[in-house]
Amino acid sequence: MAQSPSASRPLSPHLGIYRKMLTMMMSIVHRITGGALYFGTLLLAWWLVAAASGAEAYEMFATHAGAWYGQLVLLGYTWALIHHMLGGLRHLVWDMGKGFNLRLVEWMARGTVAGSIILTIVTWAIAYQIMGAL
Amino acid sequence: MADMRTPLSRVRGHGSAKSGTDSFWMQRLTAIALIPLTVFLIASIVALAGADYETVRTYLSMPLVSVILLALILAGIWHMRIGMKEIIEDYVHGEYIRLLAVVGNTFFALLVGLACVYAALKLGFGG
Repeated sequence: MAQSPSASRPLSPHLGIYRKMLTMMMSIVHRITGGALYFGTLLLAWWLVAAASGAEAYEMFATHAGAWYGQLVLLGYTWALIHHMLGGLRHLVWDMGKGFNLRLVEWMARGTVAGSIILTIVTWAIAYQIMGAL
Repeated sequence: MADMRTPLSRVRGHGSAKSGTDSFWMQRLTAIALIPLTVFLIASIVALAGADYETVRTYLSMPLVSVILLALILAGIWHMRIGMKEIIEDYVHGEYIRLLAVVGNTFFALLVGLACVYAALKLGFGG
């Protein structure tokens, strides 16, 4: 609605004037990971449809998923999924009307970063262990 | 009490649709459901890492796995549709392009969801 009269109204200060803070970055990353996971469902669909289609289709999926670029995408997918989940848990806490203490908020933001990275590494370590590559 | 609405909003005539809390609530409901479901998905994929086709197919055809998978798909596409709609409404400002994006969002979510559901059912019924 860029042409509507509302366009000439004054706007309240936006992102640019604020000091970059971890909690702010977490909010932005939550949205970005959400958007990425949205398109990531295509990979889930590919996996399931390939498995339902037959050995040949599954072989093609497995080849791409196992290649370096596939592993890279899946690594990013894993991290995005875990980060978005931990971020979502924070939101559920806030929705309960709890966890607004600033120090706790900061701690939860750090926990989300650290937790998402650690859990991603653990997940992949177990996966590679199962594949016998570790 | 004086009318708090602006002249512009009075002309447009839009009021509350009385369903403002619906997507908020559904987003939380699906989020709660997605926590155990996502953990299950990650655990399954990790357990199937490097497995051959027959193993994967056998696993995905187990009734309990099928049901959990279907729950995951339904909660997932519902959740992602609401999330993307919010993103679109925040950043896409042209009236028609926004309408197009919102419609496209629903179509995308439904198509991906149907593909997953169909595949999960086909595997479940041993096709």
